[in-house]
This record gives sequence, C-alpha cells and structure tokens, in this order.
Amino acid sequence: MTLIQKGRVVSLVGLVLLGAVYVRALAFTPTEATQGLAQKIYYIHVPAAVWAETSMILIGLASIFFLFLGDPRLDRFAEASAQVGAVFAAVVLTTGPIWGKPIWGTWWTWDARLTLTLLLFFIYLGYLVMRGAVTDVGLRARYSAVLGICGLLLVPFIHFSVLMFRTLHPQPIVLKPSAPSLPGVMLVTLLLSFGVFTILYIGFVMQTYALALAHEAGSDG
Amino acid sequence: MGDVLRHAWVIARKDLLLEFRSRTAFLSAAVFTALVLTVFNFGRDPTAVATIDLAPSILWITFIFAAMLALNRAFQLELENQALEGLLVAPISRRSIYWAKLIANLMFVSVVEAIGLPLFVLFFNVPIGNVLVPLVGLIVLATVGFVAVGTLFSAMVIRTRFAELMLPVLLLPFLIPPLIGAVQVTAALFAGRPLSEVEGWLRLLAAFDMCFVTLATLLFPATVNE
Repeated sequence: MTLIQKGRVVSLVGLVLLGAVYVRALAFTPTEATQGLAQKIYYIHVPAAVWAETSMILIGLASIFFLFLGDPRLDRFAEASAQVGAVFAAVVLTTGPIWGKPIWGTWWTWDARLTLTLLLFFIYLGYLVMRGAVTDVGLRARYSAVLGICGLLLVPFIHFSVLMFRTLHPQPIVLKPSAPSLPGVMLVTLLLSFGVFTILYIGFVMQTYALALAHEAGSDG
Repeated sequence: MGDVLRHAWVIARKDLLLEFRSRTAFLSAAVFTALVLTVFNFGRDPTAVATIDLAPSILWITFIFAAMLALNRAFQLELENQALEGLLVAPISRRSIYWAKLIANLMFVSVVEAIGLPLFVLFFNVPIGNVLVPLVGLIVLATVGFVAVGTLFSAMVIRTRFAELMLPVLLLPFLIPPLIGAVQVTAALFAGRPLSEVEGWLRLLAAFDMCFVTLATLLFPATVNE
C-alpha cells in the first residue's frame, strides 16, 4: 500500500470515528444547562483548535531540525502540517462564530483567543503562499524553515499581547492548573473527539506528504 | 562581534550613501508618508470622532506602511548587476550583511518617521510637546522590532514571485504584537497617563525586539547561502 492510500485509510477511519463521536455527543452526552445544544460544537471546536496550534509547534520544530540536518523529509512534513493546520484553523474560525452568535450575540469579537487563531491562520496562509512563490526546491525549503521558526516564536508574543486585552472567551475548563471542571461524561466525549482529531491530523498529513512527494517526482522528471 | 559591526557599518554606509545620492527612495517614501496622513484625514468623519482618539492608530498605521515601503527596496538594491553575489563572496560573515541591512533600514525608516511625525502633529493638531522624549523612545523601540523582522523577510521575498505583495502578506501578522503595544503606549502618552500604567506593553516591545533581532541574526545566513 502506498503512503497516500494509507493516509486515505487513516483519514477515512478518522471521519467515521468523528461521526461516532457525534452520535455519542448528541445522544449520550447530557446537554449543557445554560448553553443548550450550541455547546455540542465544542467537541469539534476545541480539538481542532488544539491541533491548529500544535501543528504550528510541529512546523517550528521540524524547521529547526531542517536547518541543522537538511533532511527534505522534514521540509515535506512541515508543508503537510501547514496545510492541515490551515484547514483546522479554518474549522476553528468557522465553528467559533456559529457558537458565538447564539451565546455571545455576535459572530465575531476581537477577543484574545479569536485574534490568536485568526493570526495563526494568516501565518499558515503566508507560509503556504510563500511556498508557492519560490520555484527552487532547496531555496523554498530554507525559506520555509526560516518562516516556520519565526512563526513558532511569534505565537507566544501574540498570545501575551492579545491576552493583555480583556478576554470574553470561556476560560479553559480542562487544561488548567486545578482539576478539570467539565463533567465526566462530557470530558470523555471531548477526549474521544480529541483522539479522533489526532487520527485525522495524522491521516491528512500522510496524504499531503505523499502529494508533496509525488509533486517533487513529477517536477524532477 | 566587533568585526561584524565594523563590516556591517561599512555596507550600511554604502547603502545609505547610495540612497542619499539618488534621493528617489527617500523622497518617494516621504511623499508617501505625507499622502497616507492626508488620506487618513479624509477617511474619517470629522464630526463623529475626536482626532485624539484616532491619533495613535493613524500614526502607527502610517509608520507601518512607510516601513514596508522602505523594506521592500532593501535587497532590491542588491539584485541589480548581481550585487548580492558580490557581497556574499566578500570575506565577511553573513551576519554582518544582516546587521548592515538592519542598520541601513533603521536609518532609512527613522528619517521617514522624522518627517512623518511633525506632519502628523501639524495635520491632526496633536500636542506632543510634553511627551516628545518618551514618544521618540517608543518609536525607536517599536521600529527596531518592525525592521528586524522586515529585514529578514525582505531578504527572502526578493527571490519570490510578486515580491512587493509577498512582503506585507508575510510581515503584517508579525507586526501585530508590536503594533498593539505601540498603539496602547501612544494612547496613554497622548492622554497624559503615566508610563507605569503601560509598563507591560513596554516590556513586550523590548522582549519582541530582543527575541527577533537575535533570531533574525541567527537565521539570516540560511536565507542567502547558496
């Protein structure tokens, strides 16, 4: 089985499991008392947000190692991760307003987390646009690595600067210093969904990696 | 380090001399700044919003656009007659080339800002007399951050397609944190509030400068190595 086929299988498994998670979320997980059904989007929104940010960290790390090792696999991984990260950021930016309208009464607000995700999305887009604008493969890999490392350093700066504005977004209820305040059943659903998004990330990265590989083979021959 | 700075200064001097002799770039950047300020005046409803409320944004957006214009030409200069290859084969470290461009860009942008600031005061009638020293300090602090990242990126974009468009697309997300800080501190200064209120923002600006000057110095060689 080729890499792209394996990637397809993994992605397909992820999508089926995502359907299963939503059956659990809608039918077997209690509805949140104040937010009602709108809260159900949480199980897509949060895992996608976690992977949108993690993907940037992985790009930064792959870029650092690329500059030392010069291994083209690291560059291909960074490209694949950027594409998937951009998609996940888009998912976050789409699901967020859908939840925000009924709960906050507004589609968009310049809140810390929203701004961070939006800028993350812009960094991904800039990264991908730049990759498309450099024709030389070696040059493109080095430029991308430089941009990836800068992006990794920028994220904490955006984080601090936007947090100094007052924030409206719900505070973390799982990853925080004290014990998770999310009820057990919802937490299990969230963790399952997070697992599914991990599978999706891996599946998507495998496919885009294989495509990058095929693209290189095509342009060489 | 002494050598790096000495070499950097020689190249920066060469760049600035070229600019001062031809004057086209300076002149167009200065005119551009004046025009952006003019456009801002007509881009608002004068009866609805007091100028002082918009002043910090007007000042910083003008400076950011002017800096972007200046940064675009930093390496463009070296493309003609393969001048960059000449620089690269010279017996100097890659880092001194980055510092040279950083110094030249800082000087260039500072001159443009020095022209823009009095025009801003004149056009928008903002009294800056008693906050001039902290304001200039803030402008220096923020400009170093803008130019440090911008110089690194401008070295990359010259070899991409659509270089003029690529630089803002890559650079603007990076300018958001220093921009937020600069606007907040400027607003505090114009309102006569004490600097201790915005200490957090000043720290953020200083940290941004230090981190990105260091990172860009380390990464620059990767953008020009053959």
